[in-house]
Amino acid sequence: MRDVAVIGVGINKWGELWDKSLRDVFVEPALKAIDDAGVDHIDAMYVGCMSSGLFVAQEHLSSLLTDYLGMGPIPCCRVESACASGGLAFRQAYIDVASGANDIVLAGGVEKMTDVDGGGATYALATAADQEYEAFNGVTFPGLYALMATAHMHKYGTTREQLAHVAVKNHANGVLNPEAQFPMEVTVEQVLNSVLVADPLRLLDCSPITDGAAAVILCPLDMAKKIAKNGAAKIVASGHSTDTIAFHSRKDLTEIASTQRAAEKAYKMAGVGPNDIDFAEVHDCFTIAEICVTEALGFFEKGHGGKAAEAGETARDGKMPINPSGGLKSKGHPVGATGIAQIHEVVQQLRGNAGKRQLKNPKRGLAQNMGGSGGSSLVHILEAI
Amino acid sequence: MEGIVGYGAYIPVHRIKVEEIAKVWGADAPSYKRGLMLEEKSVPSPDQDVITMSVQAARYAVKRAGIDPKKIGNIYIGSESHPYAVKPSGTVVAEAIGCTPDVHCADYEFACKAGSEGMFVSYGLVKAGLVEYGLGIGADTSQGAPGDALEYAASAGAAAFIFGRENVLATVDATASYMTDTPDFWRREHQFYPRHASRFTGEPAYFKHTVGAGKMLLEESGMKPEDFQYATFHQPNGKFPMRVGKMLGFTPEQIKQGWLVPKLGNTYSGASPLGLTAILDVAKPGDKVFMVSYGSGSGSDGFVFTVTERIKKVQDLGPKTWDQLNRQKYLDYGTYAKFRGKIHKLEVK
Amino acid sequence: MFAARHWREIPRRYRMEAGKCTTCGKVFFPSRLICDACKNKEFETVTLPDEGEILTYTVIRTPPSGFEDEAPYAVGIVKLGDVQLLTQIVDCEFDKLAVGGKVRVEFRRIQESGKSGILCYGYKCVPA
Repeated sequence: MRDVAVIGVGINKWGELWDKSLRDVFVEPALKAIDDAGVDHIDAMYVGCMSSGLFVAQEHLSSLLTDYLGMGPIPCCRVESACASGGLAFRQAYIDVASGANDIVLAGGVEKMTDVDGGGATYALATAADQEYEAFNGVTFPGLYALMATAHMHKYGTTREQLAHVAVKNHANGVLNPEAQFPMEVTVEQVLNSVLVADPLRLLDCSPITDGAAAVILCPLDMAKKIAKNGAAKIVASGHSTDTIAFHSRKDLTEIASTQRAAEKAYKMAGVGPNDIDFAEVHDCFTIAEICVTEALGFFEKGHGGKAAEAGETARDGKMPINPSGGLKSKGHPVGATGIAQIHEVVQQLRGNAGKRQLKNPKRGLAQNMGGSGGSSLVHILEAI
Repeated sequence: MEGIVGYGAYIPVHRIKVEEIAKVWGADAPSYKRGLMLEEKSVPSPDQDVITMSVQAARYAVKRAGIDPKKIGNIYIGSESHPYAVKPSGTVVAEAIGCTPDVHCADYEFACKAGSEGMFVSYGLVKAGLVEYGLGIGADTSQGAPGDALEYAASAGAAAFIFGRENVLATVDATASYMTDTPDFWRREHQFYPRHASRFTGEPAYFKHTVGAGKMLLEESGMKPEDFQYATFHQPNGKFPMRVGKMLGFTPEQIKQGWLVPKLGNTYSGASPLGLTAILDVAKPGDKVFMVSYGSGSGSDGFVFTVTERIKKVQDLGPKTWDQLNRQKYLDYGTYAKFRGKIHKLEVK
Repeated sequence: MFAARHWREIPRRYRMEAGKCTTCGKVFFPSRLICDACKNKEFETVTLPDEGEILTYTVIRTPPSGFEDEAPYAVGIVKLGDVQLLTQIVDCEFDKLAVGGKVRVEFRRIQESGKSGILCYGYKCVPA
């Protein structure tokens, strides 16, 4: 296996992109990533997309996206693992380059979500759950994470306010991110007074519906050192794990075990532990998710994620900055693109290119992306070079 | 001797008061309450219909019967509000209680008499030896048009009876059916709400047929009204069953236990069958029970039952009718309209 | 074919039939072709108990398409015997829902395939 690096990243301004179709949403950041890497070609592409079929009635993205990116005959593989589709596309691209099969590979992610109404989007997202035994009964994704929140509050005494602090912190970070969909500050009171979506989760506990895409360019580390135009970051670990599709089948309803297992693999591969990570981009699709994920990653003890958020430990100036990009909460959550956008942020931070939200000289960053209610998880660790 | 081996009742938890409906239509609530002897009615929630209530009532009946449901040879559900115009309700009940495929199944319709019809034919098949056990159900989620007099009474409930030859909790001692063609109430194909012929539903319809069947039943059984501990009649409102009881010679005391309508409303095909379940819940061995149904169109079925020793063992094996009736969650008219599908949230496609 | 898709789930949705591994005894709802615990491929059919308790719950205020007329409605994860499953909790007061609350299974309509399509029935829970 060859060492692999990321040499280029691209993202566009996320939000409700009424005037852009799925293909345009994708091609923009892909071209930026290619330009950022300074390469004149790519050998292959992996694109994460959860549900172009339900959102815009378009499948066969491998053909559509290579065609419109002007990359004609190169091989392309569309990857799906619900909201972890982007993270999985990155892992497949990493394995492709590491194996020696291809040298310069683009990993991208895209979702065009606003061509359906709210009920349609809720329905499409709910297909990431067990269709016959969860979604059939009328549960939604906010609903599944609300079940997780109720269980966490009951078992550990996590408070409604602690959940709100996650949103407040991520919005504060998002203000510094020019690509964020909702770059505005929110207060604990605003979160607590926002409309109920699935008790105890309120609108400001939930990531938004977003159109967006992101892309990164991978190549062998040796090549990166020679050709990278704007610097590079080394991929030191890729961990991947799955869990039951149905949330109700999990042994502990407060745990995201797939993330815990993916992290264990990644830490082992990188030869590091949670204390060696300088910052992380995690999958805060809902405020409770960030709390459970930061516990699963070993940053905080089980049951302490909420307290840590409330104490400011996860803020940009805290001991473990979480989601300096603004996270899914503020930056937006075009589901298939999220995993790639996390890599984008980690690389920008490690290369010192994160602009106003740049952390102080981070050396090692982690990206955690998950699908459904934790039915699949990916954890990647990257280092500055 | 043939008779009932198991019974079950199901009443939804939601209610709406006469005052709440009257308020919306500017009607005089006290006179409605007095005139119809009606206080409130049950309302099915959006996820309840004839099929769901029939399954619940049938499950309680199987529990009380203590039999292997595979031995049930027929399932007949009588209703005027089957959820499908074409596709049987009974097949769902058959699958849910686990008695397919060796079972005969049919949905009955005869306005409010359909439930007693299901009972009548189930009993007949058992008596003829064609089936070991027969399941007859009366169930309705009846609809009254907004503002119509029917809206104050049309309610929801189900009663299920399993008939058999051995181990019966009540024997069937006599039956009667009295029928003519009398168009007092109907619903045409593709129409959502039924229509009625106002006061024509009284003397020439309800009273003529109920009294007719009642007299046949007394004659058939060779019994007098005072021989019975309990009597129950079709109860479209509070007044009719009390008046017909008096016409036949029954006292209010005999009728009261099965007189559910003031709190329940008119459950149509479920009405007199539910009255019977309420009676069986408290009956003692040896008690005689008189039951006459009525369905517009028109006709009445009647039964005379004698309760056996076994009743004591089964009464507590399922939810009792009055207990279900006394557990209520009240709705305002808006929520009631939503529950009954009179208003819908706009679906954007 | 939506009708076929619902029809094949009838033993689970109507009768709550689960599969019990004949080797290690683990109970699956729905049953499976292979036991994830011991890899055995044989199961006996067992019926889940109709009473259990709430492990966690929520109230859905923003429903997916098809459930518009029902919202708000409660959903919970309920433990019935050896099995945890997700179900709606109906006929309840939202503010009286509690972890550990006792519930009972009832037969209800779950969804319909449009105004002219088939009706799908199944299990929901009510406070016991």
